[in-house]
Amino acid sequence: MLRQVEGSKAVADAIAACKPQVICAYPISPQTHIVEGLSQLVKDGTLPNCEFINVESEFAAMSVAIGASATGARAYTATASQGLLYMVEAVYNASGLGLPIVMTVANRAIGGPINIWNDHSDSMSQRDSGWLQLYAENNQEAVDLHIQAFRIAEEMSLPVMVCMDGFILTHAYEQVDIPTTEEVSAFLPPFAPRQELNPMEPVSIGAMVGPESFMEVKYLAHQRMIDSLHTVQKVADDFEEQFGRKTGGLLRTYRTEGAETIVLALGSIIGTLKDVVDELQLDGHSIGLVGLTSFRPFPYDALDAAVKDAKRIIVLEKAFSTGTGGIVTQDVKEAISGMDINCFTVIAGLGGRPITIESLRNYLINAMVENIDCLTFLDLDTHLVEQEIMKERALR
Amino acid sequence: MSATQIKFYQVGSFAVGNRLLRDDERSVQSDPDRTNALTSGHRACQGCGEALGARYALDAAMRATGDQLIAVNATGCLEVFSTPYPESSWRVAWLHSLFGNAPAVATGVAAALRAKGDHTTRVVAQGGDGATVDIGLGPLSGMFERNDDVLYICYDNEAYMNTGVQRSGATPPAARTATTQAVGAHPGNVFGQGKYLPKIAMAHDIPYVATATIADLRDLEAKVERAMTMRGARYLHVLVPCPLGWGSASCDTIKIARLATQSGLFPVFEAINGEVVASSKIRKLVPVEEYLKLQTRYSHLFSPQRNDEVIDHLQRMANKNIERYELMGE
Amino acid sequence: MFQVRIHGRGGQGVVTAAELLAVAVFDEGKHAQAFPSFGSERTGAPVVAYCRISDHEIRAREPIMEPDALIIQDASLIKQIDVFAGLKPGGFVIINSAESAEELLLAQKIVVPHSIAILPATELALTHLGRPVPNAVLLGAFSALTGVVSLASVSTAINEKFKPKVAAGNVAAATAAYEYVMKQVATHA
Repeated sequence: MLRQVEGSKAVADAIAACKPQVICAYPISPQTHIVEGLSQLVKDGTLPNCEFINVESEFAAMSVAIGASATGARAYTATASQGLLYMVEAVYNASGLGLPIVMTVANRAIGGPINIWNDHSDSMSQRDSGWLQLYAENNQEAVDLHIQAFRIAEEMSLPVMVCMDGFILTHAYEQVDIPTTEEVSAFLPPFAPRQELNPMEPVSIGAMVGPESFMEVKYLAHQRMIDSLHTVQKVADDFEEQFGRKTGGLLRTYRTEGAETIVLALGSIIGTLKDVVDELQLDGHSIGLVGLTSFRPFPYDALDAAVKDAKRIIVLEKAFSTGTGGIVTQDVKEAISGMDINCFTVIAGLGGRPITIESLRNYLINAMVENIDCLTFLDLDTHLVEQEIMKERALR
Repeated sequence: MSATQIKFYQVGSFAVGNRLLRDDERSVQSDPDRTNALTSGHRACQGCGEALGARYALDAAMRATGDQLIAVNATGCLEVFSTPYPESSWRVAWLHSLFGNAPAVATGVAAALRAKGDHTTRVVAQGGDGATVDIGLGPLSGMFERNDDVLYICYDNEAYMNTGVQRSGATPPAARTATTQAVGAHPGNVFGQGKYLPKIAMAHDIPYVATATIADLRDLEAKVERAMTMRGARYLHVLVPCPLGWGSASCDTIKIARLATQSGLFPVFEAINGEVVASSKIRKLVPVEEYLKLQTRYSHLFSPQRNDEVIDHLQRMANKNIERYELMGE
Repeated sequence: MFQVRIHGRGGQGVVTAAELLAVAVFDEGKHAQAFPSFGSERTGAPVVAYCRISDHEIRAREPIMEPDALIIQDASLIKQIDVFAGLKPGGFVIINSAESAEELLLAQKIVVPHSIAILPATELALTHLGRPVPNAVLLGAFSALTGVVSLASVSTAINEKFKPKVAAGNVAAATAAYEYVMKQVATHA
């Protein structure tokens, strides 16, 4: 049903339609409205047969999800930023144990210094954790990705992070079509675990694996992640067939046919970039856009196909590796290695710094003629930082 | 003519099972059809108190629940020596996640069972003292505070044993560990530190808190069974001597546990909703020295000469326990 | 695209105002995107919320730099921050104040001619609602001044959001604001 509703509320309703059995979350901005919404739905009976646990920390949240999922219950949690870091031990544990937990990450910057606004540093920090990572372009996609996530997770026995930009999406009111519980049930079968804790057929889950087997166990996880490329796309295709809209999947292209320059980005900035691309094309520029939905698994082949005729790729990132540069850039470079394509990185929007159409346009006009550095920090107060750097160096 | 009461000493409280006992007086361990929840083949040290305690406790829990039990284990000796992949010596549904999250994971298991409409299967969480009083205290308190339907069992060997005998929040004063060495002006662990988890548990007003040791098998079994008649958060603190970490003979494990109770150093009691309701009386009071002498983690108190001050201090602590928990008398 | 920027202070329902406007627009079959700009979260601190209105899907998410309309829920902000920054020529300004344009020194702040409506929204709220919350009230004024959304849609949105008694008060206040501004517009026509 089409509604004008806050992103968080839309996600809460979408989760409820998936009939989770255990929801456990610890409050952190900007995820709070999602769990508040779910708490209400459980309490007032809209979401029956579901246990909502108020946990004492994010570490407990993921741990409760682990226990629940291992017992064969569909489990969900949500967090952001510091909360995600606090549960990291359990995050790795969940993927290592092959538990199909779905978690919303309401993307927010990691401190210090403390910052409650949006960027991708939180989820990017967990790119090696063995979780799938899907990024929503808008609130419709946020709704749809959560529904798809449960199916992907349960088919692959791997946990899935659905990333949506904190405040920008979570707190934005826009038009969303939220499927009903019946519609979702037709798409998402009941959870049939690969193994579960059952007194009738006892198993030991979480044994200690020594040097003689550990590499093989890890390799199998690696292969499973690669295999999930197929599942991510298939589930998106099935979703389109049932619900009639194209959301999710590995990546999407926007006006890339014949484009010399391609901008690549994840999350809500894709929307703004579409407007910028339209403006630039109107001015006669040859530029297109690739929006990455699946960051893990990384869609190397799909990306190659999308950019093969371009001369250059500009990777716009909302996170970076301190002292090095772009994170997504590394995977992009790996994808296009051997192809005659130049790659540039622009870091933007850190800690919630607004990314304006004007700034993007100015940067891209230069980028299209490669009149830019390999690594740019968009809208940086260069005068200020240069002064600070000189001061610091003088002191050392 | 009135019947004469004849006391058969063969059926004293230490008798596990015997022809003179009624069926209901026999311990779980005497039953040939017991689960053997922790079966043979595990890699524990000779004389490991924890292996004994875990088997006793879980066999009792299995009997009490009609075998409808799921166990959650924290990282530690018990988990490590029982599940060397690809082997497992557990004969119950068992899950190990992390070091500090066993209570939270157990909460999740219990929640899943409720959501699935299963009100029969019960949940036990277990961990060592390190996992319980230190790194897992946050989740444990959360579990208590929410009154989640889990029985948490702490096997207390008073240090981080699996990692090489480092001091934990449960290490008693004066004990030598790898991080409280027997050197300096105050050798061993210092006085004035440490957490006493049974009282912390009681402060949460949970339905049932009890302490026990592996020296009194039937008492331990009875407490597990009693706990399983209740719903909500329950806590059982079991003293399990560790021959390696305590520096004791592997054949002395049970004896040392008994001396801990008979000296008053480890009070054995039960509490309901935060109030002590019963305690096990000391049969034959012994001075703390008898307990300390058998463990080389206290050898610095006796050699090169007897450290009267510290031993007296420990004796005062024991005396205080005796008074506080009314350990003397009928 | 019609872009609205709403200024107020924490606790005055600025974010709710943007939400209500978005819902009213949605009820008329158009697209709306409303979102807040969060500063430090405390009562009394300046808060900004945005609402984009369009017949087509709205994709961009940058803050609204060049609003077509401004709603200023708290006139004390005029002296403190540049609430009029980027206002488009011919744009609309709705100010909650019992003072006049001269008293507010508006001529110094707004140079290019715009459509301006100044109304005592807080007083109207107190009268019809019993509470000094002017957010929904000002949407009635917005409707009258800009015509971008109808009073009926604003009322529908109010009724969807609030409980019946509170909604009734807000609708009455919004209607009063609508009529007040329509009269002002007619007088100056």
